[in-house]
Amino acid sequence: MHIVVPVKLVPDLVEELVIDASGCALDPDTLRLQLNEFDGHAIEQAILLKERGGGQVTVIAPDLEGVDDVLYTAAAKGADRLIKLCDHFGQAVNNHAMARAVAEVIKPLQPDLVLTGVQSHSDLDGSIGPLLAGYLAMPYVGYIAGVTLSDGRATVRKEYPGGLVAELEVTLPAVLGIQAADQPPRYVAFSRIRQAMKSATIEEQTVAALDTSGGPAVARMYKPEVAARATMLDGKPDEVADQLVALFRELGVL
Amino acid sequence: MATATVPPSSATFSKSFYASLHEIPGGEKVRTCLQCGTCNGVCPFGYLMDYPPGKMIAALRAQRFERVTEAETVWMCVSCYACSQVCPVRIPLTAGLMTRAKEELLLAGNIPSELQIALENTQRYGNPLGESPRKRADWAKGVKPRVPIMSEERRPVEVLWFVGDYGSYHPRVQPVSRALANVFNALRIDFGILGAEEVSDGDSQRLAGERGLFEMLAAKNGRAFSQYEFKEIVTGDPHAYNAFKNEYPRLGIAYPVRHYTEFLAERLDALKPLLKHEVNARVTYHDPCYLGRANGVFEAPRQLLSAIPGIELVEMPHNRTTSLCCGGGGGGMWIDGFQWEKAHTRLSEWRVREAMKVGADILAVACPYEAPRFEDATKTVPGAARLIVRDIAELLAEAMGD
Repeated sequence: MHIVVPVKLVPDLVEELVIDASGCALDPDTLRLQLNEFDGHAIEQAILLKERGGGQVTVIAPDLEGVDDVLYTAAAKGADRLIKLCDHFGQAVNNHAMARAVAEVIKPLQPDLVLTGVQSHSDLDGSIGPLLAGYLAMPYVGYIAGVTLSDGRATVRKEYPGGLVAELEVTLPAVLGIQAADQPPRYVAFSRIRQAMKSATIEEQTVAALDTSGGPAVARMYKPEVAARATMLDGKPDEVADQLVALFRELGVL
Repeated sequence: MATATVPPSSATFSKSFYASLHEIPGGEKVRTCLQCGTCNGVCPFGYLMDYPPGKMIAALRAQRFERVTEAETVWMCVSCYACSQVCPVRIPLTAGLMTRAKEELLLAGNIPSELQIALENTQRYGNPLGESPRKRADWAKGVKPRVPIMSEERRPVEVLWFVGDYGSYHPRVQPVSRALANVFNALRIDFGILGAEEVSDGDSQRLAGERGLFEMLAAKNGRAFSQYEFKEIVTGDPHAYNAFKNEYPRLGIAYPVRHYTEFLAERLDALKPLLKHEVNARVTYHDPCYLGRANGVFEAPRQLLSAIPGIELVEMPHNRTTSLCCGGGGGGMWIDGFQWEKAHTRLSEWRVREAMKVGADILAVACPYEAPRFEDATKTVPGAARLIVRDIAELLAEAMGD
């Protein structure tokens, strides 16, 4: 069983987001990146499957700030092979381009299963999983919280809105969009990450020029603008409550 | 919570763990344990731990240590030093046994998810609160004269003030940092802070079993210290104080360090004339574990409080070496939910009830974990809403008319 997990690095929202001079993108100099949270679950799911049934886990990430830490941490958790995609991964890589590039790297690996995070907050052109499945000509199921493998098939639990869950069977190889791993991503002691930095190898693979067609063109990027409609109520809590009730009556809510 | 990995064979694991205790200063004393059980009794959560210290040593001797690492109640240890304090043969129970046990639990993946978040935050941001490292000095905005940041000053200072995680980021503790800055300014202390170059001292992470993370943080702080000239480090955080005094030197990072209460108590003559405004209140002082029991600083905080006009200082039954833990040490700060699930009580509530019993108007503290913890407890202990929780630095600033 060879499981491949391509991951995305996304802006860390703990830091202030700054829009660059062009007004169409985030300023790369102030940006700090981190592993997409759902991709963290995809890595965990892959390692859980390996621990249960054996196999190999390969994690693929683009060469961006912080990528080595992300890959070594994955190794410390149990990933076997680490691949860093080099060149062209500066600014403005959309998911279409990313999926095409990653698909070319994945094909020769001949995986049985490809796990991706179901979404990321930087997805402007759809999530990457279905695009990747298209380029790999594999079936795709997304919003997965639970995977079991047997005889070339995966039984997956797909979450629907409203608390519904469906159990589906997929023929492998397949691409799954992971919503949540069977268990929350594990903690790995810092000493283990340091060990991985010494013992694990990151393979660098150069990808061909990126084809960004199919994605959206950003006309303007801006922070939410404050609307002038809000009314601030001042006074003691009782007075404010009275004013609120009067307002609700006026608006016909009460 | 992740599943624990299969523990190594029982006898081998017990033996290797036992041997590892001997590498800790004083660790060989574990052999002299009398099984008197005093540690189990004094432990604030001993009554619900599967393996309080004495019982843990018994399990070790019986070569059944794997059972200890399967018991998640080890995480109830708040590293308060109460057990180490009472041990008749002075076994390093807190720094040695309990901390090493937590290291094993952590390596086995048996850790509360809340703790995992704090440790991952520390790995990524250099602070357990998960705040932006770039904003570490934001608390100082508006303080006048402004708080000097070493990387901007580029000059030697007398005092390098290590502000710490909670002093830098926690909304209840930031005002304490501003109060202390005002006190330093009023005394014309020549000081500077590291700002964004400062990272967590790492001591509570170490006591929560994350030795590797602690060493990484110590190396980062050590690099920052080495870039600047100063005579001593002063900190408001007893956990940082403990790290710099007792742990960093073993990693080759040795600087003189004092808690701000020690530093100010030495300047009482200069300080007293500035304390013009009366604080008319009955005040009781809570000894922080890592200032008091672990490091023997008991009088300096009391001297400062006694110097404030109007204050009547009263003692709680548990004071000095028998002080009660606020529940925040050894990682306790980050596992409130876990502690509540196991104990259905909070150690901070116990302390607040005691402060109420001695008729205190103000519970004075000297550790950044305490103001938020005790203030929360005043909201849950019936009748405690009138108890005011103040850091000594805040009371000094108030007496200066701040």
